[in-house]
Amino acid sequence: GPLSERPLMEVRLGELHTWISTCNFSPQGLLGAVHRAWSSYCAKYIHVKQGGPAGISMLLAGYCLLSYGWNYQHLSK
Amino acid sequence: VLHTTRPLHTTQQSLAPVPPLPEKGGEVRHGLIPEEFFQFLYPKTGVTGPYMLGTGLLLYLLSKEIYVVNHETAAAACILTVIIYAIKKFGADVGAFADKLNEEKVAAALAMKNEAIQTLQTAIKEEEKEQWRAEGHSYLFNAKRNNIAMLLETNYRERLLTVYNEVKKRLDYQVAMQNLKRQKEQDHMIQWVEKNVVQSITPQQQKESIAKCILDLKALSKSAHAAV
Repeated sequence: GPLSERPLMEVRLGELHTWISTCNFSPQGLLGAVHRAWSSYCAKYIHVKQGGPAGISMLLAGYCLLSYGWNYQHLSK
Repeated sequence: VLHTTRPLHTTQQSLAPVPPLPEKGGEVRHGLIPEEFFQFLYPKTGVTGPYMLGTGLLLYLLSKEIYVVNHETAAAACILTVIIYAIKKFGADVGAFADKLNEEKVAAALAMKNEAIQTLQTAIKEEEKEQWRAEGHSYLFNAKRNNIAMLLETNYRERLLTVYNEVKKRLDYQVAMQNLKRQKEQDHMIQWVEKNVVQSITPQQQKESIAKCILDLKALSKSAHAAV
């Protein structure tokens, strides 16, 4: 498909520069991107008939990593 | 105002019916890492690639003290053990319970839909029966019209009879009156004639008539004696 409208997972490494240049970095664009990412995550792992622990466990793991990163300065004393 | 010529639901994007949810979510290995990561690394490194990557990353983080081992590490290890044990033991049961809840909801909605369809079908049958009944109305109205015509005819004839009787009574009265009058006149005339005749019989005439009668009687008796 056209380069500018492909999702990130289908962009090759060599085309990453051009892809980023076609991105919409206004607040609405960023908000739209965040919303799309969250919707695709929900549709894939949460809104299913038989989801396992995978849906929330990944969110919790991400939260753990993020909080570790935020508190690194305090923890490394 | 709804224009009936405007078509509704022309685009594909109508909100109903909602497409059903997918059966299973995306594959995740060990509950944390999506399967796509393993597939991504498979062509280059085979099956053990991601695991080697994970181990190497872990050792690097630990050795460079990017990940500091402190009291929270022990707490995290204990919590993770308990969580994993609980999930392994009770996961299937919780899943079955949630599935049962879903099933009940779906069954209730389906029952409602079927019931609505049934009611509508019975309503359709009743409507058709009513339409069939309406066809018989013409017979009913014909019978009623005949009844009314007969009533009118009867009434008319009754009144005709009454009129006839009344007229006859009046005519009879007139006839009776005439008869009575004539009779009275007759009686009166007879009386008058008798009275006058009786009055005209003077005593002289009475004697003469009585003597004549006696003579006649004698003559008769003589002839009777002669006959015997």
